[in-house]
Amino acid sequence: MGTDKKSEPINRVDGRAKVTGKAKYFAEFEVPGVTYCVMVTSTIARGTITTINTKTAERAPGVLAVFTHLNMPAIPGWAEQGSNSKLPSGGERYRMLGSNKILFNGQPIALVIADTLERAQHAASLVTASYNKSEHHTDLLKNKEKAAMPPRMGDYTRGSDTNAHNTAPVVMKADYTIPIEVHNPMELAGILAFWEGDDKLTVYAKTQGVKSTQRTLAGAFKIDEKNIQVYSEFVGGGFGMGLRTWPQEVAVAAAARALKKPVKLVLTRDQMFTLVGHRPYTIQHISMGATQDGQLLGIYHEATGETASYDDFTEGTVGMTRFMYACPNVTTKYRIVPLDRGVPIWMRGPGEATGAFALESAIDEMAYKVNMDPLQFRLKNFAETDPEKNKPFSSNNLKEAYELGSEKIGWAKRNPAPASMKEGDWLVGYGMSTGVFGAHRGESTCRAQLNADGTLLLQSATSDIGPGTSTAMVQIAHEVTGLSIGKIHFELGNAAFPPSGSQGGSSTVSSVGSAVFDVCTALKGMLTEAGLTFDNGTVKSAQGKSDSLQDVLSKQNKTFFEVTRSSKGGAELEKYSLYSFSIHFAEVRVHPATGVVRVKRVVTVADSGRIVSPKTAASQMIGGVTGGIGMALTEEGIIDHRFGRFVNNNLADYHVPVSADVPHIETIFIDKPDPITNPMGSKGMGEIALIGFSAAVANAVYHATGKRIRELPITPDKILSA
Amino acid sequence: MDDQLKNEEHTGTSRRSFLKKSSLITALALTPDTVIKAAEKGLDEQIASAIETMPLSLTINGVKQSVRIEPRVTLLDLLRERLHLTGTKKGCDHGQCGACTVHVDGQRVNSCLTLALTTEGRNVTTIEGLADGDNLHPMQEAFLEHDGFQCGYCTPGQIMSAVCCIREGHANTPDEVREYMSGNICRCGAYSNIVDAIMDVKQGGKKV
Repeated sequence: MGTDKKSEPINRVDGRAKVTGKAKYFAEFEVPGVTYCVMVTSTIARGTITTINTKTAERAPGVLAVFTHLNMPAIPGWAEQGSNSKLPSGGERYRMLGSNKILFNGQPIALVIADTLERAQHAASLVTASYNKSEHHTDLLKNKEKAAMPPRMGDYTRGSDTNAHNTAPVVMKADYTIPIEVHNPMELAGILAFWEGDDKLTVYAKTQGVKSTQRTLAGAFKIDEKNIQVYSEFVGGGFGMGLRTWPQEVAVAAAARALKKPVKLVLTRDQMFTLVGHRPYTIQHISMGATQDGQLLGIYHEATGETASYDDFTEGTVGMTRFMYACPNVTTKYRIVPLDRGVPIWMRGPGEATGAFALESAIDEMAYKVNMDPLQFRLKNFAETDPEKNKPFSSNNLKEAYELGSEKIGWAKRNPAPASMKEGDWLVGYGMSTGVFGAHRGESTCRAQLNADGTLLLQSATSDIGPGTSTAMVQIAHEVTGLSIGKIHFELGNAAFPPSGSQGGSSTVSSVGSAVFDVCTALKGMLTEAGLTFDNGTVKSAQGKSDSLQDVLSKQNKTFFEVTRSSKGGAELEKYSLYSFSIHFAEVRVHPATGVVRVKRVVTVADSGRIVSPKTAASQMIGGVTGGIGMALTEEGIIDHRFGRFVNNNLADYHVPVSADVPHIETIFIDKPDPITNPMGSKGMGEIALIGFSAAVANAVYHATGKRIRELPITPDKILSA
Repeated sequence: MDDQLKNEEHTGTSRRSFLKKSSLITALALTPDTVIKAAEKGLDEQIASAIETMPLSLTINGVKQSVRIEPRVTLLDLLRERLHLTGTKKGCDHGQCGACTVHVDGQRVNSCLTLALTTEGRNVTTIEGLADGDNLHPMQEAFLEHDGFQCGYCTPGQIMSAVCCIREGHANTPDEVREYMSGNICRCGAYSNIVDAIMDVKQGGKKV
């Protein structure tokens, strides 16, 4: 650990459960007497419900209850949390079924609960409502005047010449737009909740944080966290949407308490577009100044993204611009516009992916303006230390990454002139970009239990939404103890386990892995004291001792050794700037007659410290790139602003990439330990896999065609009309 | 059908009031008295269950199943909610994502678009029935080896689809696999590894 020694690629430890259908996701647990909840949602974007007719639904076969704002059981924690005057709207909060107010189209107005799914679905179709409509505002472009500085993020300025971006010898100005993107994990969101009495709640949840779900429910119902059990062992993708425990999940728990029955809610796919967040529509302006020979003098980056009227959603859209390049004068601004829409939530590579599309497109544009190779331009403006925080990077192997990636894709062999390369009818283009994300580490706790049979059980209340958390943790434990992989079992997704943070922000391996590292180290010490040692994959008696593990345990009247350790970074983290980096190279084909863009080949290089689990890490990278292909070419949530309602809220019309859209993806890891971040020397990976990739495609499209598309996704119409 | 009934249907008035209308009951081949009494005692739901469900016999993973279900129940919901075969996944319920792919008489189908009653007498294979006891099917092995998944939710559908992709003769090149596997969405983005897994099985020549 923490050395240059490479980890072995192993198969996922929970892979067998996944390929045999044995892995159970939240909606799949058998709970006796379970009932089914189906939500009825609003058909207007703002206003009030004047009448709601539930009688017919209530009398439909199998219906147990219909809850609306008129009869919804109180959720005490919600009632207590008053308005927040810092909200752009002035304080109005969203309380599902808490009043007759409608704050967005698709807002739940009734919960219909029945003994079977089909009966609940049918009864839900019988609920009717009439509204008093108010004027709604769902279009960011028409509401820019409402842009406000978010309470949680201020402006940033560096350098004495704040106008350098306007007055430099070479100036480049451009606007970039990304549409609404929707996480759309394959598993539908929801919850399965039941109570014992009035104060003991059990839920099976789709969450990226069992502890955070536990806290949210404890706060909502004003009961002790210990009385709330949250299970979430397998999660069918999250990409950020599971970082909140959503109001409908709390409401279903309240309904379960009122009915004294287990209630299961599984959202429909169209509800996944409105009720569990999305990547916000964001417009950005970048103004950049440089010398004739390509030295950056000033960057101005302003981003404006949407939030809901009832929230102040904030993300790090302009963060990368502050430190990525050695530029003396930098100003960034971030604004949010409250709209009558459901609230956004961080989506993979959260704001950084949005910002990187603009910044890395702009860098490419400037490189062409000063007649430089975009790779050389980046190297010329390379930041050796973090210019924002004035600290050294804990590790930064970007230069090596540039070299490896460009070599692999054949960057130097291309003709750099735009629209100069062809293959048959297709135009050929190469593009590159950089991605970056903070190498975060949070506090995490892990329990280790060494059983008499020599197997090791590790437990931590973390989650696995797909990256392969258990596999990475088993691998860390294996490397610390030497115990063979098959003898180590890691359990997660249970709020009763020792606490850990949510799975988000590429921090799980760094945080939970450190706790695993520490607890296994402690266990080694414990064994030494007991005259035992880890040796050649098993536990043996130490030199000069004869008692086996079983002997020692029985003499101590124990059935297992047990130790728990909490782990967090120390003061060393403060001295450095901690980031994970990626470089993406994309080769595209553009069909000039139809405007179709195909990504033909991808090389992506990660500088994410030492790679703990090479096989699952490679999957993370290709997954991020695949998401990036969607962001670049196909994904766009479209709202009909006359109604404030999605028109493509399904997987046939909202195009996530399919197999035919995705070429072979080559991943390269620098795989060098970071000396600061954590004992493994790892840095995060989930976000950097996607951050920047859309710019690599946009830059490749420019190289292929000479056309600069600044609005995602790059659909054929945009190529043809550019 | 008289106007009153049309109106009742339109407004969705409950079965209870429907059953109480003796003039209409004669249209149903039931004994009116019994039904009316039952309705008055609030037993109409149970009777309705008997009226509204139909028998279905089919073979799932080699096991004969006989159930009574409503005609509106999909094969997917029959598997997941009644038979607890939850390996088959619900991703969209609209035939757009492929997570619910199962084999019906050896053909890959979206079980969410298949009304369960249409599978009368047929052989259904789900992910739970693919392996031979503890011995994984070659496609399961290949997915495991190539890490052809991440969260695992689309995986059963991918594997069921992949098996048929080879059986259909649509796995001759990676590009052909990409085309014929594009009905199965993987949001984690494991396509690159999935294609490798399928090509591996195809080239390995084992019977699928």
